[in-house]
Amino acid sequence: MRDEAVVNMADVTVTDAAANIRAYLRENMTAFKDVELHDEDNIFERGFFTSLFAMQLLHYVESTFDVEVPDDYIMLQNFSSVRRLADMVADLRRSAGE
Amino acid sequence: MKMVKCVVWDLDDTLWHGTLSAGDDLVLRDGVVDLVKTLDARGILQSVASKNNHDDAMRKLAELGLVEYFLYPQVNWNSKSSSVTAIREKLNIGIDTIMFVDDQPFERDEVAFAHPDVETVDSALLDALLSSPRLSPKVVTADASRRRLMYLEDQARHEAEVDYQGAADEFLRGLGMIFSISRAKDDDLLRLEELTERTNQLNSTGIQYSYEQLDQLRHSPDHDLWVCELTDRYGSYGKIGMALVEKQDDRWTINLLLMSCRTVSKGVGTVLLSFLLKQAADRGKRLFARFRRTDRNRQMLVTYQLANFRVVSEEGSDYLYENDLAFRQEYPEYIKVEIDA
Repeated sequence: MRDEAVVNMADVTVTDAAANIRAYLRENMTAFKDVELHDEDNIFERGFFTSLFAMQLLHYVESTFDVEVPDDYIMLQNFSSVRRLADMVADLRRSAGE
Repeated sequence: MKMVKCVVWDLDDTLWHGTLSAGDDLVLRDGVVDLVKTLDARGILQSVASKNNHDDAMRKLAELGLVEYFLYPQVNWNSKSSSVTAIREKLNIGIDTIMFVDDQPFERDEVAFAHPDVETVDSALLDALLSSPRLSPKVVTADASRRRLMYLEDQARHEAEVDYQGAADEFLRGLGMIFSISRAKDDDLLRLEELTERTNQLNSTGIQYSYEQLDQLRHSPDHDLWVCELTDRYGSYGKIGMALVEKQDDRWTINLLLMSCRTVSKGVGTVLLSFLLKQAADRGKRLFARFRRTDRNRQMLVTYQLANFRVVSEEGSDYLYENDLAFRQEYPEYIKVEIDA
């Protein structure tokens, strides 16, 4: 029972994080403004991702979720969709909490 | 020794004799106009940190014909260290490239306490200022002598950006940016040497190259030396980036990639990298890149790693990346890319 509760907590975090990140992307990237943005969509294929925007997104993620993203987490795979970003946040929060 | 990029001036009893708010008859310090103009011609930026009424001080500077020489002047009643911080942020330069001039020991100490890396100068010693090696660049490139104007253009851009309500990329679209990439020519080399010395944030290795080295590399059949220029409807940013690629049979290695910090907010670093990826892929080469991690070049790391460069070996803070060329990002539609290969 206890294990299950922990898993659920983590799920809530991922969902919350995903909603937050989705809202941020829609607000800051024209390509996502008035269109559907699913959590699994590849955001690199849908909008031009400058290093500047990546930095802004990184700052947003770090300050909103109070995590530090280490260098080896900064890779295309972790940034390619809302879902991947949210998973990364949950992962970092979990290891920070340990 | 780091070259000074910006001199921050106090006004009362430094730039001029007398106290503005006391209603004194203000007289410019002897030779100070020449000093300001000489620094400007050397490509060194200048600003103001003064405790005064903002509008009065600006009116006086305009009257004296000096107002245009000072970027982002901070005239307020806050601490001078906070004014220095504000200037640093606006100019986006390292704190250790700022020099602060004030007649009052208290103000110099306050700034030095908050910013140990800022060199403070007593205005009684201004006569010696121009011979300071930190203020004497070996050469002044065309880009350097236009530097203040380019920052003024930046200021105009920035104001337009602040007024703009909407997504950042939408604003960028309205700038009409043209990014041109060409092989380095003779008259680019001084500027490239300067870029390798001045650029810290968007710099992949921080390795400095001399004019002679660059000249050799430019002629070497085993190297490509690329230079980039950016213009938009506000003017030209000048030569703002470079890449050095070493070519060995089927292996290409990007030994250096850098972009001037003035272009950080334009996202153009990604464009140059996209160009190199395309070149390598079209010629069927493997593409590597050298990277040296510092505490200031995280954005360059992000640029590489989100362009799908992966670490294949590392030694301390030196990484070797490889890109498998499977993922390629096209140029953004809001930048017109012109290539002269």
